[in-house]
Amino acid sequence: MSDIKVLKVRPEPEKVIRKHVITVKVQHNFGVLARITGLFAGRGYNIESLTVGRTHEPDIARITIVVEGDERVIEQIIKQLRRLIETLKVKDVTDLPHIERELALIKIYTADDRMRDEIMRLVSIFRAKVVDVSTDSYTVEITGDSEKIEAFINLIKPFGIKEMSRTGTLAMVRESANIKMEKGDKE
Amino acid sequence: MTKEKRGADIVVDVLIKEGVDTVFGLPGGAIMEVYDALFDAPFRNVLTRHEQAACHMADGYARATGKVGVVITTSGPGATNLVTGLATAYMDSIPLVAITGQVPRYYIGTDAFQEADVIGITRPITKHNFLVTDIKDLPLILRQAFYIARTGRPGPVLVDIPKDITQQKTTYKMPTDEEVRESLPGYNPHTEGNPVQIKKAAELIRKATRPVLYVGGGAILSDAAEEVYKLAHLAQIPVTTTNMGKGAFPETDPLALHMLGMHGTYYANMAVYHSDLLIAVGARFDDRVTGKINEFAPEAKIIHIDIDPASISKTITVDVPIVGDVKNVLRKLIKELEEKPVEWIKAREKWLKQINEWKEKHPLNYRKSDKIIKPQAVIEEIYNITNGEAIISAGVGQHQMWAAMFYKYKYSRQFLNSGGLGTMGFGFPAAVGAKIGRPDKTVFAIEGDGSFIMNVQDLATAVQHRVPVKIAIINNGFLGMVRQWQQFFYDSRYASVCLSVQPDFVKLAESFGAVGLRATKPSEVREVLLKAMEINDRPVLMDFVVDREENVLPMVPAGKSYREMILTPNQKGEAETMYLVG
Repeated sequence: MSDIKVLKVRPEPEKVIRKHVITVKVQHNFGVLARITGLFAGRGYNIESLTVGRTHEPDIARITIVVEGDERVIEQIIKQLRRLIETLKVKDVTDLPHIERELALIKIYTADDRMRDEIMRLVSIFRAKVVDVSTDSYTVEITGDSEKIEAFINLIKPFGIKEMSRTGTLAMVRESANIKMEKGDKE
Repeated sequence: MTKEKRGADIVVDVLIKEGVDTVFGLPGGAIMEVYDALFDAPFRNVLTRHEQAACHMADGYARATGKVGVVITTSGPGATNLVTGLATAYMDSIPLVAITGQVPRYYIGTDAFQEADVIGITRPITKHNFLVTDIKDLPLILRQAFYIARTGRPGPVLVDIPKDITQQKTTYKMPTDEEVRESLPGYNPHTEGNPVQIKKAAELIRKATRPVLYVGGGAILSDAAEEVYKLAHLAQIPVTTTNMGKGAFPETDPLALHMLGMHGTYYANMAVYHSDLLIAVGARFDDRVTGKINEFAPEAKIIHIDIDPASISKTITVDVPIVGDVKNVLRKLIKELEEKPVEWIKAREKWLKQINEWKEKHPLNYRKSDKIIKPQAVIEEIYNITNGEAIISAGVGQHQMWAAMFYKYKYSRQFLNSGGLGTMGFGFPAAVGAKIGRPDKTVFAIEGDGSFIMNVQDLATAVQHRVPVKIAIINNGFLGMVRQWQQFFYDSRYASVCLSVQPDFVKLAESFGAVGLRATKPSEVREVLLKAMEINDRPVLMDFVVDREENVLPMVPAGKSYREMILTPNQKGEAETMYLVG
């Protein structure tokens, strides 16, 4: 059978997997968070972190999602988020000038004075804060972007971390870069 | 403000406001108040025997009429029985509103009798869903449900109403259309299409030498058959329709290539494979259409018109995406093409000649017999007897594909089937819903013996409501499509596919008060169909006992390229000696 010409194949799109930070403004109805997490779970996307909280506008909440994937996956995620009836605005801020912040509470073992001094020095360098003290531990509050917090954790790890809780990333586009973006973010 | 009303009465008021003329469902504890209100409602209330069938009926009604289908059930099992029906409608973008009772608010979360987290269960299979927590919100939520269901990319919307809210009394004002729209600030479907993109598309169409229109269910949902026809004839572009797009372009037209994909025609698949421009219209590049994705139309530029941005570049990267309502976009595209016309007929001469050669070489075909009934022959006879005018509602399996291949559809909303989810048991209840919505049309359910029995209980509904659907069972005593795959890909090991015990379908029909007929020889097929056509006061079931091991061909095995199409099996029908193209 040779009435079919064997043609070239479609090129596979290049797959560059990297971390994306996506901010989502939603109507603050109950169940909206379940819709969003369900969307990720049902499609097998891996959320690195997801934070949610109110905004200055009543009934509107803002969600920051950090997720890893290639361009096609991220594009689908954004489109699927926009498809939800309760989302008002979805923005991939990864490549825009933006601020990222995360807060961590870290309970660290403090066996002796030498360790306490060393920890205090690191706390000071990282502009963190000791928010609770016991006979054998400090609880440190630190804010910053994820890299800063990771760096602090790595340095503090040898002392022994007793307990840790992180908020996940919050993100906001810098106002200087925000001009062109107000329209058409949910299309 | 009017006088105080129950929540249940508000439900009925909104249904009236939305122009509903039929609802389907089955009552139970948590929805009794609503059923009490429905008792006096000025529209038809169809009591079914199973909630899944009610959902498929509402779905068939919606597919056949273009209106929103409505299904009403109770909480717990009543609502969970909707799951398959909702998922079916969701996959095919069918507008439905499902109203489910919920246990009273003060019982929610206590594992109360017939309590289920219906909002949680149905979240991924509805376009949107609501749990009503305050009677104040009830009228607006119900109106939002209808609005969301029918606009944009349509889909099912579920409203879960706790029983105490249906019983509570309040005064209220019916929300206006404007209030409904404004209450959904995050929901703004793009319907117009970007003019720059439309210009680009027109330019590609002018330049193309081997274009193909690939038309899906979106063209039907958007009521764009007229525009598809106009575009195809204006620019002389051959048209292939998906299973869901059948009828969006008349299959009797010389430009029709019929269905593409796994069970597409040889000429449709050849045309798509060799095309240099593919114009996807309300279609979503489903895996059953594309086969191996990187060998799908490998040399074609792709224009994709779709109302859902999430459908675009989901599985295949497209060159010119146009987000908008198909009808609107096609109108603008036609206008654009008419402004700067090309000598279309001359430009397409070679391409159309090539396509005609393919059509002549391998038309849709099967081995005919005068000893045993061939399933394809039954479909062809149904086509002849109904003059190609009937609405056909198919179940899922081999019979579905034969119904798609051997009946030539001319109109939108003429072929109904579960294309996306592939729900066995869909065909018959959907046919009942279609017949209720379109009493002027002859409606055939083409079912398999395996598929039909999954919703057989609702023969009672069809008899009770005097719905004269014609049920043609393509009875091969097998789960035929699975058997075919086992024959081709599993060395003919027929695991759990032989339906060796089945009811006597004729007696079964009679026991329900329907008419039962049977054909076991080719000579009886026409006779049985003619008899069935004379019965117009109740359902008639025709049991066509057919060749047990007939296969659906052509076939592109799952995940393979169109180059590997199986056209005809060898004498033994073995997979390894299949006749491969290319």
